[in-house]
Parts: sequence; structure tokens; C-alpha cells
Amino acid sequence: MPKAEWPPAEKRTLIGKPIDRADGPAKATGTAKYSYDINRPNMLWAKVVTSPHPHAEVAGIDTSAAEKLEGVKGVWKDEAAKEVNYVGQIVAAVAATTEEIATEAVSLVKVNYNPLEHQVVDSDPELFKGDPNKRDQGNVDEAFGKADVTHSGNYGVPVITHCCLEPHGQVAEIRDGEMYVWPSTQNVSGYADRGLSEAAGIPQNKIHVDCQYMGGGFGSKFNPGKWGTISAALAKQTGRPVKLLLDRDLELMIAGNRPSGFSKIKVGATKDGKVTAFESEVWGTSGMSGNPPDLMPYVFDKIPNQRRIVKRIQTNRGPAQAWRAPRHPQNCYLTLAALADTAAALKMDELEFFTKNLDLTARPDVYKEELEIAARLVNYNQKKHVRGDKTPGPIKRGLGISVHTWGGLGHDSECDVTVSPDGSVEAKIGTQDLGTGTRTVIQQVVADTLGLPLDAVKVQIGKNEFPRSGGSGGSTTIGGVSTSSRLAATAALNAVCEAVAQKLGTTAENLEAAGGAIRQVDKPSNRISWKDACAALGVMPITKRGTQTRNEGKAKGFTNEGVGGVQIADVSVDIETGVVTLNEMVAVQDCGLIVNLKLTESQVYGALIMGITYALYEEAVYDPKTGRMLNADMEFYRLAGIKDIGLLKVHMMTGKGYDDRGVIGIGEPPVISPGAAIGNAVANAIGVRVPSLPLTPDRIITALQKEGSIV
Amino acid sequence: MSKQPGSGFSRRGFLKGVGITSVAGGLISPAGLTSAIAAEGDVKGPGETPITLDVNGQKRKLNVEPRVTLLDALRNRLDLTGPKKVCDRGTCGACTVIVDGKPVYSCSMLAVEAEGREVTTIEGIGTPQRMNEVQRAFVKHDAQQCGFCTPGFVTAATAFVRANPKASIEQVRAGLGGNLCRCGTYAGMILAVVDAAKGGSNA
Ligand code: FES
Ligand code: FES
Repeated sequence: MPKAEWPPAEKRTLIGKPIDRADGPAKATGTAKYSYDINRPNMLWAKVVTSPHPHAEVAGIDTSAAEKLEGVKGVWKDEAAKEVNYVGQIVAAVAATTEEIATEAVSLVKVNYNPLEHQVVDSDPELFKGDPNKRDQGNVDEAFGKADVTHSGNYGVPVITHCCLEPHGQVAEIRDGEMYVWPSTQNVSGYADRGLSEAAGIPQNKIHVDCQYMGGGFGSKFNPGKWGTISAALAKQTGRPVKLLLDRDLELMIAGNRPSGFSKIKVGATKDGKVTAFESEVWGTSGMSGNPPDLMPYVFDKIPNQRRIVKRIQTNRGPAQAWRAPRHPQNCYLTLAALADTAAALKMDELEFFTKNLDLTARPDVYKEELEIAARLVNYNQKKHVRGDKTPGPIKRGLGISVHTWGGLGHDSECDVTVSPDGSVEAKIGTQDLGTGTRTVIQQVVADTLGLPLDAVKVQIGKNEFPRSGGSGGSTTIGGVSTSSRLAATAALNAVCEAVAQKLGTTAENLEAAGGAIRQVDKPSNRISWKDACAALGVMPITKRGTQTRNEGKAKGFTNEGVGGVQIADVSVDIETGVVTLNEMVAVQDCGLIVNLKLTESQVYGALIMGITYALYEEAVYDPKTGRMLNADMEFYRLAGIKDIGLLKVHMMTGKGYDDRGVIGIGEPPVISPGAAIGNAVANAIGVRVPSLPLTPDRIITALQKEGSIV
Repeated sequence: MSKQPGSGFSRRGFLKGVGITSVAGGLISPAGLTSAIAAEGDVKGPGETPITLDVNGQKRKLNVEPRVTLLDALRNRLDLTGPKKVCDRGTCGACTVIVDGKPVYSCSMLAVEAEGREVTTIEGIGTPQRMNEVQRAFVKHDAQQCGFCTPGFVTAATAFVRANPKASIEQVRAGLGGNLCRCGTYAGMILAVVDAAKGGSNA
């Protein structure tokens, strides 16, 4: 009987291959329908009314003028709203027959506010009142006393936003006591929560969620949010389908952001470069809840003597959401920048320094191998120099290194595979494809398991009526869906084998699927075509379920957790203009058994580019006086364009020691290091540390002026 | 192409529209009106006005207020949802369509301005069964992830490769600088567009 465990390399026909994205043609031709693209008959458009104040008491909401506008069919107000805590907070909404009328109606809603004092500054630790969260390990003061070299520095990473190109929101429609929603979500099976149900007055078991395509989530699209509940409430109120997706400014202000992290760091080391002590005070904001990222020290977490102080800065800013690899990119930058500065203080090469301290990480051997490969790919030894490029002229070049880690264990997932007597195959999972290739990998796994070509398998995802699967967060999807679909397909295959065993004169145990046939393992010429084998099933299709759970999946080797990656950046900095140019960036990454090499590499390239973007450009800029985000648009909230990325090289670790670990997620890890690698490269080029990201020309020039130009 | 944007709209419709404003606001005298007409030429609205758009080779009749952008007319009235609304102010290129052979941000053009022009959207460029050379190359080089920016990029790239056959990598970087992607698909995209400019991928 075919086994469910992952096949050895020589038996894999589709698993591990660089196969084109299954929905590539649908996306490239504009036929893929995203939630934003759903137009229902008789549909209304909803727009939201939001607070212009960062903090205020709500004294009254008057929607009467808006209701009188021709074309307005429904209004919603937050009856419970007593106080608003950030600019852009939703207090009311209108639904109208056209988008233009809805927009106009919003301007007719009168809200009375009594402004209160506000606070949006996050970069000053003095703003924290009370006892900070403190943790000591080892004997920190004694270790610093004994250290040959001590380095102290300040570093920072500002709040950035998700800036998903498809905004948050959904279309909601109530028909015959059931609700149909088309949300932009990364959590199809878990989307219909109690809040959504209560808003519409429809029980959770009568909510149908459908998300075939979604335009980016990055951690910010798990729940319906206020936009979801409001569209449901308006659908109920008006009896018509309602589309509510956020406008761009609101998307940037209120739909999620990544908390800031600022820090004072002190590092102690021996003169031959072994780190012995690490002290960090970290502060930052995630909006009203405060909570800065607090994984200090990052990756080198076995430094024997550590002290960590964490201060939450509450601000009147939109609430944070998980942002691709929550906490890691900030703590990676803060830690690795301080460590690189320690290497510079020791006049030691950065690569040598990091290599020397790898025993302070969880996976020294993996990092060592990866650092060697990355150094080769970027020509490290030819290009390296001590801090400060001494070549004449305004253009200074430098290299910077970073290392990172992530979990990536597959989430709980269920899959049904149905085989029909005509040989057709269908797999159903209540998962979603964020652009990571989920559809494609399910198809690969099922087809490979059944010995069929890719297009013989139809994959259905994106609906909550399908077997339940986890939300796509934390790089947990690939481990989850590949395992559940492998289990389901194997069970289905075994049923087919049993149906034909007698006919082939052997037992099901001695059969396998390969090349579109079921054949005898020890006598491959004894075979029956897949189609004929399925005919033996009789008249009814068979459906088999595969159930993956985190614990069992790990115990049986289907999925695993804990990956390492390293990145090296090569930059040029014009010290007259402060402009940073990325020449080259190398990423070396492991993620266990790779199901689709092409799409995996796409994830890594994409993460590098997203990382270059936050390293060089991204920051949610707030005005302390008005409490407003000043760059809530895509002109001044800048994303990297195709001109900004330089030469990117990706190397995936495969083969022995990697493939045999099982399937591990890849979405988050490669986005962690770019800030640190690029920040370190800039410091190596210009000879001084630019303390905070993003590395904008004004920050570069300021750092040079303060610490003195190296020319 | 002699027709100007906004032509093909009757003077009577204009008078009716402005007349309402005039009565309500009392700001424009009949004499002022006459000179306004002389100075402005054809003016539309307020209120919905019937227009005909030439989209993907088809004449499509619809009613729009003059404030409606070409993007919203395509997406909300004609259900041509390939072009996406992302920034809605001419920064990201997700809404790119081809108007009279040139790539245009459809969020930054009014629907009434597009009358009498040839508009091609992503839907008119190729289908999953019959993709053009740019689309095939995007699939082959995996120049897409979530795909939300993809229609805009494919449309811009299609106009680009027609104008720049044999484009170099540097020309591609310059030529597609008007579009943005959040997922970071530029690496595959550069290969895809260079490939397409060479005369098409054989994928
Ligand atoms: S939506 Fe038109 S340029 Fe961004
Ligand atoms: S593929 Fe997602 S925005 Fe470009």
C-alpha cells in the first residue's frame, strides 16, 4: 500500500519541481476576480466616515443630511462611539447606489467632537511611565566589567504599514436568511467569526465565505474588521449587496501597521571578538496597546549575560497588525546593527565576527554553511574592507551581513480528495492563496501522489464550505496544506489500489501509482491505466480526507520548524546627496523540503524587495501637533519600484540535511534580514552608523555631518 | 483622430446642466452663460450623461456623471475589473489601460474624456487560452504573486514592448518605472519583459 510519507528524491515527479503558477494565466490576463472586483446585481457602495482627530470625545453623529441625498440607501453609525483614539477611526458609514454618491454622502455626515489631548510620538523613551518589563540572565554588570571592548549605540525602526495593494474590505449579500461574503482575507476557514455573525444577525453556520484571489495581506487580513462588520450590517439594513473596501488613505492609516522599535544597546566582547554581554532597552509603539517588538537579542540569543528592558509607548495611531514575520525584522535590525558596530569597534571583519559568534545561535552549522555560500555569491573577499570605504570620490561602497530565523511549522489542515469512476480527481481545502502559490502546490502534491500529470487534478480552495484549514500566517500554510493533501491523496490512492488488486493478481500493498497507471511494485509491467483502475470503483466517486495537525505532522516528519537564513547586501552611497544604491543582494535560505522551487524563489525575491523597501523608503510619518499621518498616499509613502532593486541572487539550501526535514514555510524568513544587511552595508560604506531606518538621504547626510565625513 | 475629449455631447444637455446650477446658486447670469459657453466649448454635467466608450473593440453605452473616472466607469459600470484601483491618484499604475496606443492611468482620466478614443484594457489584450507574448512571459518567469498589480504591469509592458522591441534590461527598468508592486515581483518581471521584447517567450 503506498505510504503517505514524502517520497525520496528519485521518486518525486512533481514535488520539488519549478512548476509554473497554476493561476498565472488567470492573473496575467485580468480574469482573476479579487474580492474588490466582485460586482453583484443591485449592489450598493459603502464609504466610511472617520475621525479627523487623533483623540476626541464623540458628542453626536448626525446622518440626516446624508440620508436625504438621492441615491443613499443606508446609513450606519457607531452607536457605542464615545471616544475616538486615532485619526481615521471609523464612526459611521453610508451605502449608496454609486461610489460617487457614497463619497459625497460621507461629506454630509456631521459628527461633533470634543478634541482631547493626544500623543503620537513613539521615539522618546521618556514617554513611558511606570515600571518597564525587565529581564536579566547571567551576571550582566560583572560581564561588562570584564569585557575588553564595550560598544554602546542607539538604533531605530519606525512604524511602517502593510500597504496591501488590494485594500481591506468585502462584499456582503444576504439572501434567503444566509449571508454570502467575498472578503479580501488570508483566513477563509476562520473568517466568519461571531462579530460578523452578530452584525448581520445571521448564524455563523449560514455565512458563506468566498475568496478566490486576494491582493496582499502580509498578516493584516485575518479578521473581518470593522469594514467587514459594517458592510454586513448595511447589507442587512438595505436588503441589497454592499461593497465596502477602504480608500487608500485609510488603508495606510487604519488597516494595520508594523510596530516601531527603538533601542539603546550595549554590547560587551573579548578582544578576539567573542560577545559576552548584551543589554538592550527597547521602546516603540503599536498604537494604543503600546507593545514594541521585544525579541532581544535576536538570533544570538545564547549570549551568556543579557539584560532586556521593554517600554510600551501608547500612541494615538491606528492599531498594529501582524506584519510579515512579526517582531523579527525590527529586532534583527536592532541586534545585528549593534553587533556589526561592535565588530567595527574591534576593527574586525564583519563576516569573521559573526562566524566566530555562531555558537550563540540555535543552528550554528546551518548559518556557517549559508554564510560561506553567501560570501561566495557576493564575492565577499574581493570586495570587503574595514569600516569606511577609503577610495577617493563621493561614491562609497560597502557590504553588510545579517542572519535570521523563523518557525514555519505547518498548521492544522484538512483536505478532501475525490476520485471519480472516470478517473477525474478533485482536491478541496478551505485554504487561500495569497500569491504564495498555495493552489499550485496542492495540485503538485496530489498529482505526484497519484502518479498523474498536473492538469489531471482540479484544486478548489477559497471557500469556508471546504474542509477546514488554518489562516495563512507565520509561514504555516505550505506545511499544512502539503501534508493534508498528501494524506488525502494517499488514502484515495489506497482505495483505488484495493479496488484493482485482485484484478492485477496481487495485493494493494504491492501496488504503486506512476506514469498514469497503477502497477505492481516488483513487476511494473503488470499494470492498469489510472482510468481503468478508477472504473473499478463502481458508480460512486470516493472521497478521502487527510487530516494534518501540528504535532502529528511534526512527529511524522511531514513538516517541521526552525529555519535559518543569511543575507549580504552590497551598496553604494553618494555621500554628497545621501542616496543609497543597492548594487547586489544575496539571500541564502533553507526551508526544508521544497515543494515548488520556482514559487519558493519568488517568495524569497519578493521578501528581498519588500525588505529593500522598508530599509530605504518606508515610514509612517506622523505630525505630533495634529496627530495625523502625513504620508497616507503612495506618492509619499514610497514603495520600491523596478529601478530600485539592483541585482538579486537567491540560493535555496536543498538536499541532504534539508529535504529530509519535511516541509517548512518560507513566507516570513527572508523578509527579516534586509534592514540589517543594508544598514550594515551603509555603515561599512560611509564609515558611520545611520541609527534608524529607513536610510533616506537626509538621515545619511545627518549621520555624516554629526560623526564627520570620512573623505 | 480629430475628435477631442468631451466632444459628442449636445449643447442642449450642457445648458440643461448648467441651468440647474445657475438657478440653484444664482451665480451665473444668462449673459455670463453665453460667454461661458463660448469660452469653455463643450461642458458636461452635472448629473448623469450618456456616453459611448470604445473599449476592446466594442462600443459600450453607459450613463456616468462627469466626475466619474475612466477607471470607475470600467470597473463599476462595465464590470471590466481587470484594471485595479489602488492609489486612485496616478502613482501606482495598477489602473493602466491603453488609450489610442499609449498607456494611461485610467484613475486619472475622466470617463467623458475617453469618449471617441480607443480604449484597450487587460481584458482586450489576451485570454488565458490566448495570452499575448507579455502574458506568456509573465507566467513563465513568475512575474506575479498576489497578482493585484499584474494587469497594470502587463498592460504597461504590452504598450512598452510594442514601442521598444529588443529593449535592454535598463530600458525595461526605466519603461516600467510608473508601476508599483507590493509583493516584490520585479526580478521575474525584468526577465519577462526582456524576453517578451525579444519576440516572445515560447512557454
Ligand atoms: S490607481 Fe491609478 S495610478 Fe494608482
Ligand atoms: S504581485 Fe502582489 S502587488 Fe504585485
